[in-house]
Amino acid sequence: MTNHYIDFRNADVILNMGGNVAENHPVSFKWVQAARDKGAILIHVDPRFTRTSTKADIFVRLRSGTDIAFLGGMIKYILDNNLHDEFYVKNYTNASFIVNPKYSFDDGLFSGYDPTKRAYDGSTWALEKDENGIPKRDMTLQDPRCAFQLLKKHYSRYTLQKVTEITGTPEDDLVKVYKAYGSTGAPDKAGTELYAMGWTQHTVGVQNIRAMSIIQSLLGNMGIAGGGINALRGESNVQGSTDAGLLFHIWPAYLPTPQAHLATLADYNKTTPASKDPRSVNWWKNRPKYLASFLKSTFGGKATKENDFGYSWMPKLDTGQDASWLNLFDEMYKGTFTGFFAWGMNPACSSAHAGKVRQALAKLDWMVNVNVFDSETGSFWKGPGVDPKKIKTEVFELPCAASMEKEGSISNSGRWMQWRYKASNPPGEAKPDGDIMYELFKKLQALYEKDKGTFPEPILNLKWDYETNGHFDIHKVAKEINGYDLTTGKLLPNFVSLKDDGTTSCGNWLYSGSYTEAGNMAARRKKTDPTGLGLYPEWSWCWPLNRRIIYNRASVDLDGNPRDSKRALLKWDASGKRWIGDVPDNAVPPMGTDGAYPFIMKPDGVASVFGPGLKDGPFPEHYEPLECPIEKNLMSNQRINPVVKIFEGGLDTFKTCDPKYPFVCSTYRVTEHWQTGVLTRWLPWLIEAEPQMFCEMSLELAKLKEIKNGDRVVVETPRGKVEAVAIATSRLKPFRIAGQTVHQIGIPWHFGWLHPKDGGDSANLLTPTIGDPNTMIPESKAFMANVSKLTKKQPAKKG
Amino acid sequence: MACKQWNQRATEKTINWGSHQNPPDLSYNTWKLVRFSEIPGDKVNWYFFPDQCRHCMSPPCKEVADGKAKGAITQDEKTGAVVFNPKMKIKPADFKEIREACPYDIPRFLPSTGIMAKCTMCFDRTKEGMLPACVKTCPTGAMNFGDRKDILEKANKRLEEVKNVYKDAILANPDDVRIIYLLVDDPKKYHKFAVAENTIGITRKMALKRLLQPLSSLNRLIG
Repeated sequence: MTNHYIDFRNADVILNMGGNVAENHPVSFKWVQAARDKGAILIHVDPRFTRTSTKADIFVRLRSGTDIAFLGGMIKYILDNNLHDEFYVKNYTNASFIVNPKYSFDDGLFSGYDPTKRAYDGSTWALEKDENGIPKRDMTLQDPRCAFQLLKKHYSRYTLQKVTEITGTPEDDLVKVYKAYGSTGAPDKAGTELYAMGWTQHTVGVQNIRAMSIIQSLLGNMGIAGGGINALRGESNVQGSTDAGLLFHIWPAYLPTPQAHLATLADYNKTTPASKDPRSVNWWKNRPKYLASFLKSTFGGKATKENDFGYSWMPKLDTGQDASWLNLFDEMYKGTFTGFFAWGMNPACSSAHAGKVRQALAKLDWMVNVNVFDSETGSFWKGPGVDPKKIKTEVFELPCAASMEKEGSISNSGRWMQWRYKASNPPGEAKPDGDIMYELFKKLQALYEKDKGTFPEPILNLKWDYETNGHFDIHKVAKEINGYDLTTGKLLPNFVSLKDDGTTSCGNWLYSGSYTEAGNMAARRKKTDPTGLGLYPEWSWCWPLNRRIIYNRASVDLDGNPRDSKRALLKWDASGKRWIGDVPDNAVPPMGTDGAYPFIMKPDGVASVFGPGLKDGPFPEHYEPLECPIEKNLMSNQRINPVVKIFEGGLDTFKTCDPKYPFVCSTYRVTEHWQTGVLTRWLPWLIEAEPQMFCEMSLELAKLKEIKNGDRVVVETPRGKVEAVAIATSRLKPFRIAGQTVHQIGIPWHFGWLHPKDGGDSANLLTPTIGDPNTMIPESKAFMANVSKLTKKQPAKKG
Repeated sequence: MACKQWNQRATEKTINWGSHQNPPDLSYNTWKLVRFSEIPGDKVNWYFFPDQCRHCMSPPCKEVADGKAKGAITQDEKTGAVVFNPKMKIKPADFKEIREACPYDIPRFLPSTGIMAKCTMCFDRTKEGMLPACVKTCPTGAMNFGDRKDILEKANKRLEEVKNVYKDAILANPDDVRIIYLLVDDPKKYHKFAVAENTIGITRKMALKRLLQPLSSLNRLIG
C-alpha cells in the first residue's frame, strides 16, 4: 500500500473494487467503519453482492474482467466534468510532458507492435527531452502531444454507452459511482481505493491498477491522508515476502535480478535509473550502494572490491528468461526439474490449472513438503486417480511451526513490520522455518566442503552465521537485514548511511532502520499519534524510514503548506528548516519553483499519467479475458491482451465463446477459510461453518439449468471438473453484455481432496494457464465454465 | 467460533445446504449462530442475525423450570445471566414446555443425557472482569458489553443516528432483555424469533404470575 490500514478512516470516499474487504480483511473493516462514522461513503463494485456490499452506500455490479472499461469510463467522466485537481495534475504528474511524435494508438494496438513476437518495441512511447535531458512540458496542458491531451483522446472512446455494453453495469450506476468518486478531486477531499485479487488476477491485472493510479493522480489523491492505492494483500506476510525478494525477478528490496548478459557489477550498475533533471531526486540512483551492501551481507568477508563483492557467485536469469510460476510448473511438467521444495505452499491446489501441477509433481525425483499439516501437494502421489505404484517421486514431509510458535516479524499490507513473539512451543518435531533453513544450509555447506561439487563458491562463501549457542537466532538475521557499518561493527541508523565501497552491509535496504543501536524498532508498541491522523509513528516500524504515507510531499503546496488543513500530513517549518508530521518523502525543502519533485522513486520525479514502462502499453486499454463470453471486444479488434504469452497445446487448453462453457466463472474466498484451506480445513470449527465446496449462481441461472438451491452440481472447464453444492442466490444477477444475457457464477478456492473427505476439490482444477504479461499472475478471476446438476444420486444428509 | 472455543463445545457435522449459515440452527453444542437472511429484489438486502439467548430480565424459561424442575435454571444475581444447570437431567416433556415458553426459541437439549444448554453470557468470564468471548473477539465493534444504563444510552444514541438512514430502525425488546439488537428493518426479515410477540409461549397463567412478581434489581446487561 502507499498508505496503510488505519489511514482508511481519513477518507471521504472509499472505493472497494477488485476486492471484498469486509469478508477477506475483516479487521481492517474497523477502519472503513470509522470513516463511515465520520460521514464517509463506501462504494463497492463487484460482480457479486457480498457482505461488503451490505455495508456499502453505493453497490454496483460489473462482469468479471471488465474493470478497465469501467475505470476508463471514470477517467472520461472526470476529464469531461473537470473534476481533476488541476494544480496537482500540472505540478505533480507527467500530464504536461510531451510525448514522442511517433507514439500512436489505433484499434487496440499501441505503436511498435510486432505480431510475430507478440511484443512491443516501446521506443516510440518515450517522453521528449530537451538538449539538457530535461522532459519537455506544456504547463497549459493544451499541446495535443502532451500526456494530458493524449489521455483525454484515449479515454474519449470509453463512453457511458460503450462501458455499459461491456461491463453490464447500468449507465445510472456508472454515473453514480463516477460522480461520488470524482468528488474527491477537490483539494480538501480524499478518496482511497482498496483492491485485491479481483484486480490483479487477470491478463490485464497490472493495467487495472495502472488505471486506478491514473485516476488517483488526476484527483490528487496520491501522497495524502485518506488517499492512495491500497492493495489488500492476500496473505499476512506476503508483503514481507515480496520485500525479501522471493519472486524470481527481484532480489531483496526490489533490486532487479540480473540477466546473464549483465556479467559484471559494472554492467549491472550501468542499468541504474538515471535522470538529468536536477529537480528529480531519482532515489534509485543510489542503487549501487544497496547492491554492494546486499552482496556484503550475503558473502561477508569473502566479498571484496576485487571480486565485485561476489556478484559472479549470484545466480542470474538467462537473458529474456521468465521463471515465474506458470513457466516454472510448465518446466516441471516437461520433466526439467529433479527436485522441489514446496515450502509453506500447496501448489496442487493453489496453482492455476492445478491438474497440470499434480501431474508435474509426478515428474520429480524428490520433493520436500514443509508445512503445518499434510496437503494435497505432499500427498499428491495418493490423490484421486493416482496409482502410487506408478509414482517415483520421493516425498519428504517436514513439519514446521505455526505462526504463534515462533518469533519474528510480519510485514502487513501497509508496510508495517510488526515483531511477533513466540506464544507456545511447536508440537513434536515441528521446527520454525528459519531453523529448518538454517540447519539445511549448514549441512549443504558441509557436504560441499567434503565433496566439492560443481561451482562451490556460492555455497561455501555464503555468510551463514546466524546462530547463538548453536541455535538459529532470528534477531541476528533481523540485524543483518538492517545492516552494519563494517568499520565500527555498529548497526546502521538507516539506508542513507549505505555505501558502495564494501564498508557497509545490509540485507535489505528498505528495511534499514528497523533494528538499530536503539533496538528492535519493529517491536515498538507506543500508541502516541501526534498528527491525529492515525500514523502511530512509534507502533512497530514501517519502510522506508518509518514513513507511513509515501509520496507525502504531494500533500502540500509549492511552499510546503498542507493543501487540506483537516488532513495536515506534512508542513514545512521554515524557521527550523524541517518538515513536521509524517517522515517526509523526502527531506528536501518545499518544491517552490525550482525544488525537487515529490515522487522521488520515479526517474522523472512525478506520477505517471502516461506510463511507458509496462509491456502492454502506456495507457490501460480494455481487452477481454482469454476466455470470454463474447466473440468480439467492443473496444477494438484486439480481443485479448496482444502481448500475453499463450501456452500451446497439451494440457494448456482454453475455449472462448464456446457454447459448452457458456458462463463467466470467478474464484474467491470466504472469511472462514484461508487460501487453499491447507491450514483451515483441519480446524473442525471452521469446517463446521463452511464445510463444502459451493457454487454461487443467480436465481435466473439456477432456473435455467433446473438447479435447486442445495443441489449437488458439477462445474466444468476444458481443464477439469469439480463437484460443488449450488447456492442459488439473488446476490448474483445476469448481465446484459453487447445485447446478450451473460450469466456469471463463482466458486471458492479453499477446498482440496485430502480433507475433509466430503469437502470437494480445488477450484484451481478449472482455472487457465495464462497470466498478465508483466507479472504472469494467472487469470483466475475470469474464465468460462459450465455448471450442471449432478445426475448420480447423492445421500441426502441435512445438518 | 470464539464461543465454541471458550466453552469447548463440540463441532457439528455439517453440509453446505445451499446457504452460508452453518450450523443451520442453534443446538446443544451451538450457543451462538449468525443467521443469514437474503431479501431478494431490485435492491438486494442481506441481513445477519447473531442469534443467542437474550438473558431476559424476567426469563419465562426459568418460570416454567421453577415449577417443573427447580434448580434447572438459575439467574445470576450479579450479572443477570440466565444459566442452565449443566448437571441437571430434565424430562423431555418438561424441556418441551421450557422451550415453548421462550419467545426467542433458544433452549436446546441433548436427549441422550437430558441436559439443556445455551449461552451463559460467559458469566465465568464477566465475573472476573473479562468480556464475554464473542464480544472480546469481534474486531469491528459490532458488540458492546457493559452496565445496563450505559448500554441503553449507547443503544438509543446509535438508534437515533441510524434512523437518519433507516427510518424503521428499532431496538428489539430493550426493556425485557439484556441482549439488545439494533435492527434496521422489519424484524421478521432477520429471523422469525428476532423479537418477542406478546403471546408466544406465555400462557395466561404465566402472564398473570408475571404481573404479580416483583422485578429483581437488574444491573448487568449485554447490548
